[in-house]
Amino acid sequence: MNTRFEYLLRLGDDALILGQQLGLWTGHGPVLEEDIALTNIGLDQIGQARAWLSLAGKAENQGRDEDRLAFHRNQEGFRNALLCERPNGHFGDTIVRQFLFDAYAVPLHAALAQSNDAEIAAIALKSAKESAYHLRHSRAWLVRLGDGTEESHEKVQASLDLMLPFAGDLFFSDEVTTAATDEGWGPDPSDLRADWEAILSDTLSEAQLRRPDAVPEQIGGRQGRHTEQLSFLLAEMQVLPRTYPDAKW
Amino acid sequence: MEKQHWPLWEIFIRSRQGLSHRHVGSLHAADAEMAIENARDVYTRRQEGVSIWAIPATEITASSPDEKDVLFDPADDKVYRHPTFYDLPDEVKNM
Amino acid sequence: MEMDLLQRFEAYVASEKKIEPKDWMPDAYRKTLIRQISQHAHSEIVGMLPEGNWISRAPSLKRKAILMAKVQDEAGHGLYLYSACETLGVQRDDTIADLHSGKAKYSSIFNYPTLTWADIGAVGWLVDGAAIMNQVPLCKCSYGPYARAMVRVCKEESFHQRQGFQIMMTLAQGTEEQKAMAQDALNRWWWPSIMMFGPPDDNSPNSAQSMAWNIKRFSNDELRQKFIDLTVPQAELIGLTIPDADLKWNEETGHYEHGPIDWDEFNRVIAGHGPCNKERLDARNKAWDDGAWVREAAGAHAEKRAARKAAANTAAA
Repeated sequence: MNTRFEYLLRLGDDALILGQQLGLWTGHGPVLEEDIALTNIGLDQIGQARAWLSLAGKAENQGRDEDRLAFHRNQEGFRNALLCERPNGHFGDTIVRQFLFDAYAVPLHAALAQSNDAEIAAIALKSAKESAYHLRHSRAWLVRLGDGTEESHEKVQASLDLMLPFAGDLFFSDEVTTAATDEGWGPDPSDLRADWEAILSDTLSEAQLRRPDAVPEQIGGRQGRHTEQLSFLLAEMQVLPRTYPDAKW
Repeated sequence: MEKQHWPLWEIFIRSRQGLSHRHVGSLHAADAEMAIENARDVYTRRQEGVSIWAIPATEITASSPDEKDVLFDPADDKVYRHPTFYDLPDEVKNM
Repeated sequence: MEMDLLQRFEAYVASEKKIEPKDWMPDAYRKTLIRQISQHAHSEIVGMLPEGNWISRAPSLKRKAILMAKVQDEAGHGLYLYSACETLGVQRDDTIADLHSGKAKYSSIFNYPTLTWADIGAVGWLVDGAAIMNQVPLCKCSYGPYARAMVRVCKEESFHQRQGFQIMMTLAQGTEEQKAMAQDALNRWWWPSIMMFGPPDDNSPNSAQSMAWNIKRFSNDELRQKFIDLTVPQAELIGLTIPDADLKWNEETGHYEHGPIDWDEFNRVIAGHGPCNKERLDARNKAWDDGAWVREAAGAHAEKRAARKAAANTAAA
């Protein structure tokens, strides 16, 4: 197995699937300013996806570029964590999904910035600034919604109950992540969990939200076992390059 | 019915180190933190700024146009405040 | 007294000076501006929808990023314009409520559907092209906040038309299917685009007053002609055909002559019977209604925080 390729795909696919979903908010946000904000975050995610997938293509060395990887892989070839493919739902669902991811992305990018691979470190350094801003945004909204009205509190508590079981996938460890730590080019995500937990508990207390009781976590994205949503998402995202395989755009 | 307008904020951006903040426009935000974030996304998408001020529009006191003459005309005849008022011999350079 | 103010105002405007929010202005001037700026803002916001449709299906990651940035700019432009409108003493939420209720108008062009990826090219090239032509003169409009908003808008828009033309060019040089897609998009968007300049000069009720007030600088027909003269050679350059059998170059005038414009269609779409009028308004209403609890929550949270801070200050004192 090309562990470096696999590892980079995971990074790229998380960003790609989140970016794809955030793009759906453009024009449909709760207020104009927030429309612009969600699109900005989506743009950062797409930018990160392009960087990671390009690097993944290089690591694979089969001539696949970012678009080949994004548009011509089937569902089982995608390596994003299950959390990222949770549907947008309402604004609170999107904010919770983004917050749970951002709280992982911040320690992830900090660790990746220490990579012994200069290309990985460079992308991570740029991404770290973006994810720090994303966390600031999603955290502030989680607090506003959690400690807002009774309705918003209930809604966003339900979002959290719904999303949290899918977050465990972010911390999945296997021979790919072991290779990353052994060879020094990336962290094992399971080592990021303590940082993530700290951000989570601090934010939930400020937002007056309850940590849902632990339930079995949903795992599978890193191995290409996905939820129902991903196939729909890919069908939409990939429609043009798949319909016109010879075309350039 | 919902008739709760988020307050209006006036936004000032410092475009580069060393320049002063300049008014760029306004936006709506529920709180100060959101005003700064929204200003960042609305008014600095193309690297237009290095610093943001967000000020609740209701906190700004403006001079009235009716007072324009009273406020500003008295400065008209104080030409001696400008360096060009003073004729100096050419031999004096750079003063 | 009122007469005196009016004369002073008109002389002031005629000398190319800017009117600022707190300056005296005739009521009709204020109303005209509120109508025009809010319609303009609504057009930016509704205009996000037909293009936003294709963000999820953009055919490459680069195109996706460009399109997102472009549609996001439209949101920004709507926001600058609503801000300018608010300086005239109207609340943004009320202005938006008029859009949602169907009372306020927006540019009819956005009631046409975007059916293929080529439409994203055509919208950027033609619709943004026509919009820019309308907007550049507004940078010198007599109302300061509107003029300043337009300067910002025009600066940012400059990439919009270029990205659209580049999409069209790529398609026109692509496979047979892509070429057909590009021509089809041009066929559908051409006439609505040249209608964007509004009714012909002999039938444009508000134009004369707006010209006198330096809100409008060129007549509808002048701008339309300029747009056609610029765009026809661009279509030729990339091998596409303008869908107007009567189009011909007039050596004497140095302008293109075009065939008759179907103003009945224009009026139908304005009256609400375009292909997508209902979808567009429904989408705006849905976004607004779905967001109500979010806006309320943020307001409630801000109040709670302010109350807590006040309580802490009292306790400390």
